[in-house]
Amino acid sequence: MTEIFGIPLQAFMSQILLGLVNGSFYAMLSLGLAVIFGLLNIVNFAHGTFYMLGAFGAWLLLTYAGLSYWWALVLSPICVGVIGVVVEKTMLRWLYKLDHLYGLLLTFGLALVLEGLFRQQFGVSGQPYQVPDLLKGATNLGFMFLPNYRAFVVVASIVVCLATWYVIEKTKLGAYLRAGTENPKLVQAFGVNVPRMITLTYGFGVALAGFAGVLAAPILQVNPLMGSNIIIVVFAVVVIGGMGSILGSILTGLGLGVIEGLTKVFYPEASSTVVFVIMAIVLLVRPAGLFGKEK
Amino acid sequence: MNNNTRILYAVLFVVGLIAPAVVYPIFLMKALCFALFASAFNLLIGFTGLLSFGHAMFLGTAGYICGHAVKVWGFPTEVGILCGVAASAAIGYLVGSLAIRRQGIYFAMITLAMAQMVYFICLQASFTGGEDGLQSIPRQSFLGVFDLENDITMYYFVFGIVALGFWLIYRTVHSPFGQVLKAIRENEARALSLGYDVDKYKLLAFVLSAALSGLAGATKALVFKFETLTDVHWHMSGEVVLMTLLGGMGTILGPTVGAFIVVTLQNYLASLEGWVTVITGAIFVLCVLAFRRGVVGEIAARIKS
Repeated sequence: MTEIFGIPLQAFMSQILLGLVNGSFYAMLSLGLAVIFGLLNIVNFAHGTFYMLGAFGAWLLLTYAGLSYWWALVLSPICVGVIGVVVEKTMLRWLYKLDHLYGLLLTFGLALVLEGLFRQQFGVSGQPYQVPDLLKGATNLGFMFLPNYRAFVVVASIVVCLATWYVIEKTKLGAYLRAGTENPKLVQAFGVNVPRMITLTYGFGVALAGFAGVLAAPILQVNPLMGSNIIIVVFAVVVIGGMGSILGSILTGLGLGVIEGLTKVFYPEASSTVVFVIMAIVLLVRPAGLFGKEK
Repeated sequence: MNNNTRILYAVLFVVGLIAPAVVYPIFLMKALCFALFASAFNLLIGFTGLLSFGHAMFLGTAGYICGHAVKVWGFPTEVGILCGVAASAAIGYLVGSLAIRRQGIYFAMITLAMAQMVYFICLQASFTGGEDGLQSIPRQSFLGVFDLENDITMYYFVFGIVALGFWLIYRTVHSPFGQVLKAIRENEARALSLGYDVDKYKLLAFVLSAALSGLAGATKALVFKFETLTDVHWHMSGEVVLMTLLGGMGTILGPTVGAFIVVTLQNYLASLEGWVTVITGAIFVLCVLAFRRGVVGEIAARIKS
């Protein structure tokens, strides 16, 4: 059997793939965080919770409504987005004039409430969720077996991220959004309904997290704690990448996922801390982040 | 300090002295440790404008180091506490130097991430006992004379430490150094343009806050005679934010009031288990939406008007 640095090629490649899968979750979550922060000036601590809600949405739809994975992939993010819109309308909008920190604290409290409720209802052991029939099994690539579902997750996330990038950077709607980030008052004066745009942006950002959650459901177990486990790593990813650039967030997310995967192969003890170590190094070398602009 | 305030502090001091005759001492000691922890945290958020979302790392690290020094190395109690404080100050220096490289909300994210790293290190390191924690830490005696295994003696020992920490915070806030910190909170660019080395002041405030949090953590480990991962978990970092917010950010007594409220609540709600998280979260949301001045801030505003 072929080996790389003494590690069997199959094990090596599958860790890289798993890293890419995790990386695509980081990418989608940090993308949503960046878009929300850009327009709302709020660091959404509840982002991980919405990711968890997306996964639970898929599980609930299957268990109680008998709806398949493909339905969940559409319906669950929409539900999460609607919850996000309600949260923005009822709570977040009172905070825009205040210091950043209140947004973080409010969404932190919200995350505690939602996570606690789900933990009370479903326990912490996690619910299994089957890979959809269409994507079961693996493809033999000659040098490795590629699990179809994991490949699908990576491709789907990249497509969604690139679509988001396209909409924000290349369309008229995106132009409004970017203008709103720069100067909301001026954009409002031009007749754009900025408050509605803000609401929808928050809804979209958290729907993106919900979508990542549905994708994650068959790979990780559906667990109330999955949100808070991932959000802190995503914060580190955001610090490393900087929130200024969309493509930057995507690349940083994927890259760090792969690095984490490689660490699992070569030095498993450090796999849970490697992202934070990289963050510390980046702060020393490039304080503004890899894709951030010095102010 | 005007006369009314002086009377208030004197009354509080006397209440603190006679409290163990009325209330369960362990509960009081827990609340006092958290009061010091929250006051140390408030030094950053309330008086310097820096939101650290990872203060649990200082509480927990000091607890582990102090526990280890006393239990395994056989150090005297006072030296054990100093070891804990020194460890927290050292981590505070490292994390602070990294975190002050970014402003605003990034500062919170960096401290949170670094605290999570400390959590994973504590989870994996052998001296912390991992999931089991560090058990049966001996309290020993103070200066070899006062037997701290006695809860009442221990109470006055803890009361002394917390009063000392509190006095230090009070002095810091009201010193010229404290005035510069407030200037940084109000307008960092202006403070910089006036010639103050803003980064140096921030770092010093951060290390001071870390060391005092460590003092609280080391003392707490001795009170309970054990140290577990709960103290380094991000939930704890959130809890100290809640105590400070609820009591009143930027007020001297606020964090103490907040700590007593939260510890009392947890005591009464302990039987509800999982619901405590939900209730904590709900209080957070309510405070941010409708009660941002906190208990003490609200009272102070009423008195003024």
